[in-house]
Amino acid sequence: MLRKTFETEIKQVKDDVLVLGSMVEDAVMGSVDALKKRDLKAAQKILEGDRAINKKRFEIEGQLMVLIATQQPMAHDLRVLASTLEIISELERMGDYAKGIANINIRMGDEELLKPLIDVPRMAEKGVDMLHRALTAFVNEDIETARKIPVEDDVVDALYNQIYRELMTFVIADPKTIERANWLLWVAHNLERFADRVTNICERTVFIATGELTEINDTDNEFWHPHKHG
Amino acid sequence: MTTTRFQQLISRNQAALSARRKIVNAVMLSLTGALTLLALVPLFWIIGYVFYKGGSSINLAFFIKLPGPLGVAGFGVLNAIEGTLVMTLLACVFAIPPGVLAAFYAARYPNTPLGIVLRFSTDVLSGVPSIVVGLFVYALVVKAQGHFSAFAGGLAIAILMLPTIIRTTEEMLKLVPPTLREGSLALGAAEWKTSLSVVFPAALNGIITGFLLSISRAAGETAPLLFTALGNEHYDVWQMIVSGIAQKQNVFQILNRILDQPADSLPLTLWKYASQPYPERVQQSWAVALVLMILVLLIEIIARVWVESRKRALQG
Amino acid sequence: MDNKTAVAKPEIVGTKPASKMAIKNLSVFYGKFRALAEINITIQSNKITAIIGPSGCGKSTLLRAFNRMNDLTASARMEGEIILDGENINASGVDVVDVRRRVGMVFQRPNPFPKSIYDNVAYGPRLYGIHRKNDLNEIVEKSLHQSALWDEVKDKLHQSGLSLSGGQQQRLCIARALAVEPEVILMDEPASALDPISTLRIEELMHDIVKDYTIIIVTHNMQQAARVSDYTAMMMIDDHRAGQMIEFDETQVIFTNPKDKRTEDYVTGRFG
Repeated sequence: MLRKTFETEIKQVKDDVLVLGSMVEDAVMGSVDALKKRDLKAAQKILEGDRAINKKRFEIEGQLMVLIATQQPMAHDLRVLASTLEIISELERMGDYAKGIANINIRMGDEELLKPLIDVPRMAEKGVDMLHRALTAFVNEDIETARKIPVEDDVVDALYNQIYRELMTFVIADPKTIERANWLLWVAHNLERFADRVTNICERTVFIATGELTEINDTDNEFWHPHKHG
Repeated sequence: MTTTRFQQLISRNQAALSARRKIVNAVMLSLTGALTLLALVPLFWIIGYVFYKGGSSINLAFFIKLPGPLGVAGFGVLNAIEGTLVMTLLACVFAIPPGVLAAFYAARYPNTPLGIVLRFSTDVLSGVPSIVVGLFVYALVVKAQGHFSAFAGGLAIAILMLPTIIRTTEEMLKLVPPTLREGSLALGAAEWKTSLSVVFPAALNGIITGFLLSISRAAGETAPLLFTALGNEHYDVWQMIVSGIAQKQNVFQILNRILDQPADSLPLTLWKYASQPYPERVQQSWAVALVLMILVLLIEIIARVWVESRKRALQG
Repeated sequence: MDNKTAVAKPEIVGTKPASKMAIKNLSVFYGKFRALAEINITIQSNKITAIIGPSGCGKSTLLRAFNRMNDLTASARMEGEIILDGENINASGVDVVDVRRRVGMVFQRPNPFPKSIYDNVAYGPRLYGIHRKNDLNEIVEKSLHQSALWDEVKDKLHQSGLSLSGGQQQRLCIARALAVEPEVILMDEPASALDPISTLRIEELMHDIVKDYTIIIVTHNMQQAARVSDYTAMMMIDDHRAGQMIEFDETQVIFTNPKDKRTEDYVTGRFG
């Protein structure tokens, strides 16, 4: 088959995306774990690890630019490369969420957690699991799976609402806890956004296969067809 | 760097092979050069010999005077020169237009019945001996007219020129890239216009070369003229024109005088003089040969120069 | 993704009012051999339509149908309609000479006549009876301006057309075609024999003149088709070695999200 080299290079890029993905997954799980255990050293490591994530993202971006410039990708190939650019951008921001959680951990310093973390780790686990499956679906261009994942975001949203209400109760009962509540709320917010971005990755996977960019699991059901404008 | 098996295999014989290659090269080059020189020998020998033998008899009178009594100086072969020119010109007029048109047809429609017949006939005609052609024209024209003439001579030469003209013109036309034709047709030009304005000019250089080839051959034809033009010691075109004007004759009458009487030509004169028992005539025949050779050379040179200058103008 | 592998006849992209030419059910035969099978295509006015496809799929044969150049091949026979401004030019009694004036052609290898640059461009107008010096001067200058060659040759119009470089010769041929003010210009791989810079120049030229002309271009260079055209037609040969129209759509669709798998395979280079 023609373009064997090109095919190999695309596969290589996809493998690198998986590597970036697992770096992000580890960062998120690690940052939440460090927060749970109040391990400031581990949090510091997460911060350093973010630099590696950024570096990896730019490496992959560089490879993509070279492929686009030298291989004149069309149609399906073009959609793969263009979508990969988007996806690594999403992954990099998801890594920033882990960094944010680690930062909060460090800023809390000696302060105790307002409450033991139960729902937060659950959010993290759910989000990371969604990401893992979404990236696998991306690599395999499995639109069936990609279409099914975003709905699980509702679970993460529900957990976030629960945490929010719980923290509000704390603050109403004792206004002095507002700072600590804020920090935890921010952590939960990061994890909620993390799961949202997984949906974007799934939408890109569907785009690669069909050429149509649709919002999956959007309550307003917005439909945008790239070729039906004007 | 490790050597591959192939490199090992060839390294064994490197030196010997290299030496052998050089020797064979040198031998072949020398052989080719020597044989080339050998092939050139006849050419230069002939030219040299003719110059040598004929050079001494050449003077101005030779070119501008009619033949006179043997042994008397101051006479020439003007009749032969003019005869050659007139008959060659006539032959061109007879042969070139039909030849070129026939070539156009054969090149454009090679597979039609007419095209096939044309090409076959051309090949056959080119194989007919020139003396047979002379005999044919004798039977057809000379006997009918009752006398020999330059007209008959020119006709005979034309028939001999025809196959060469058709063949070379056809080949040159076929060499013109078809895309040139298409370019003209795509603009809306008709077939004939395309042939005339585009294909013909593109092939012209080669066609002209073909003409000149046949002309030089034609100038040297002897056998056909034996039965057609015969020979005429008093053939003087200029004098005919002048006297014709003086006698108030019109163009056709003058032309008639020029063409309708027996004429001489250089090869014919050469043959005549060379077969006579007088050493002076034999000497003169060498001079005639020289004149003929110079004439042909001149035609070739002019042709070359003209074609080259046209080529250069085209390449820009 | 749609995986149409069946041999389906694509729809004609509407009979929009701005269609300049159309081909309906065209089949071209060389003797008994069918080179094109039931081709349908519509060409929009003042747009560039590209015809792409693997070697030997009949692109050039299709192009040459538009100006009836296939007639020059003795054994060629065209069945079907070729419509120019609503009239079928493949009918008997049609003045082919006039068709060829209205539908001009530029060839793959530049083919300037062995004449001066001026006479090359003036050849066409002279065919149609224009002989006055002033008129010809005007036409020659205008055409050479349109093909972006004027500045380079204005001082040497008397020089032979063959003295120009390859790219210049091709622009000369374009000027020659424009000199008779055609309505449609057919280009058969116009830049394939040229260097990259000359190629881009020709593409620029196409963009500049398309507002006054309709252009149909055959090219085996996909990137060129993608860069230059508004519509693209994809052709391929079927099992009987006859050329077929596989897909015909806006260029951006063909190259970002084609509907037929064979088109996809061709534009991504998986099949050539």
